Amino acid sequence: MTIASRQTAPAERVPALVEQFKGGLAAPICLTWEWTYACNLSCTHCLSSSGRRDPGELTTAEMRSVIDELRAMQVFYVNVGGGEPTVRPDFWELLDYSIANQVGVKFSTNGLRLDAERAQRLAATDYVDVQVSLDGASREINDAVRGDGSYSMALRAMENLAEAGFKNFKISVVMTRHNVPQLDDFAALADRFAAQLRITRLRPSGRGADVWPELHPTDQQQREIYSWLTDHGDRVLTGDSFFHLNALGGSPLPGLNLCGAGRVVCLIDPVGDVYACPFAIHDAFKAGTVRAPGGFARVWRSAPLFAELRTETSGGACRSCSAYSACQGGCMAAKFFTGLPLDGPDPECVKGHGASALSAVGGGLPRAGTDHSHRSREVPLGMPSVRVPAKLCDLSPLAGTA
Amino acid sequence: MTAPFEPGRGYELNPAVALRPEPFGALAYHFGNRRLSFLKAPELVELVRGLGSHRCISDALTTVPEGRRDAYLRALASLAAADMIVPQTATSEVA
Repeated sequence: MTIASRQTAPAERVPALVEQFKGGLAAPICLTWEWTYACNLSCTHCLSSSGRRDPGELTTAEMRSVIDELRAMQVFYVNVGGGEPTVRPDFWELLDYSIANQVGVKFSTNGLRLDAERAQRLAATDYVDVQVSLDGASREINDAVRGDGSYSMALRAMENLAEAGFKNFKISVVMTRHNVPQLDDFAALADRFAAQLRITRLRPSGRGADVWPELHPTDQQQREIYSWLTDHGDRVLTGDSFFHLNALGGSPLPGLNLCGAGRVVCLIDPVGDVYACPFAIHDAFKAGTVRAPGGFARVWRSAPLFAELRTETSGGACRSCSAYSACQGGCMAAKFFTGLPLDGPDPECVKGHGASALSAVGGGLPRAGTDHSHRSREVPLGMPSVRVPAKLCDLSPLAGTA
Repeated sequence: MTAPFEPGRGYELNPAVALRPEPFGALAYHFGNRRLSFLKAPELVELVRGLGSHRCISDALTTVPEGRRDAYLRALASLAAADMIVPQTATSEVA
């Protein structure tokens, strides 16, 4: 969570906030809303397996009515993502509508639409925040994951934002085996643009499942991330995503230290399906749809899945571990997509329990529920390999429109 | 930036802050600085909502049981530090 929590009442009278959160809130604090599956990129680790627009995506009118509902529920801001959300032709219109309705927007982008003029307009708009994705502090490391040209595109967007005076926009980095050594470089990059660095955990969700075994940080790197965050945590956002590292002891990382799925967090996907968290796009974590009677509010308040997630977990195999109270068993989605039981250790358990559990997992891992990946295939034609799209429009949602 | 907390003055909920009722109390959201705070007791929520109708903090605290006044005073001080509650303006002051 990127929230500033303050203990405002006497601790002796009420349970700790985190205990209160376990029972769920009246509305989410951290709502991720993906506006489209369409994306100009094909990042190898895409959580939502994005690429092609889904024909069933929410219409402009439906999007507006969800915003109306969020306003009524006092959801004060949403994290908008995709896909590349700015690909939606009605993106800017919906952004304005949301802001006008007191639902602030932080949107994630690869930088596609952030030219100088747009950056100036954003800088002049209250209540909007921008998060530019970048997975390498150097072109080689970034483009290996996010695709050719993506580093230049992101850097250009950042330059435009900085030049327009947009202060404190976010640079969002998914930590991989290749970019952990660049942590200081990312921090320097953020300083250069008067931006704020945000680092999050690589999840084996969506296409991420395919690359997770090779890309997730090594045990040694996990310790590096933890100690780097301990030193720099006050300036760096993490989306609370490294709480499993608290089992390393010492001082806990800032944040709720809690799996917020269905409790303070959820995801609305581009077709209006509601999932427990942005990393768990799978039927097992689908709570309902905003298109059903009662809309989003009804799903949030009454979905049986959410009721279940709001009950105390048993801790399972982790219960006897001395670190359980520190790590809470880690990330539900990371366990699920690596084939581990949800009440067992996280695959990246710092005590090594995840690694041994993983070695016992057979084949047949659960796959993401939806796949909107571009239908291109890698064709080895000597060096370099060439991507051949099945149809021109699969290459980019913008093909033919520019 | 925020003035020192003075329990002898009248305070009120910052007009830029919205309170969202929650099972534990309320979530306070500041539209200006985009920060969240948590009011961890329904009684504290009532106290905060009613602040504007009291001429000073000490007066407002008389509405809660004596044993909890110190704790709520600390809570209000931290809400003031977070700009969630602000000194009453001349026009909003009540007689």
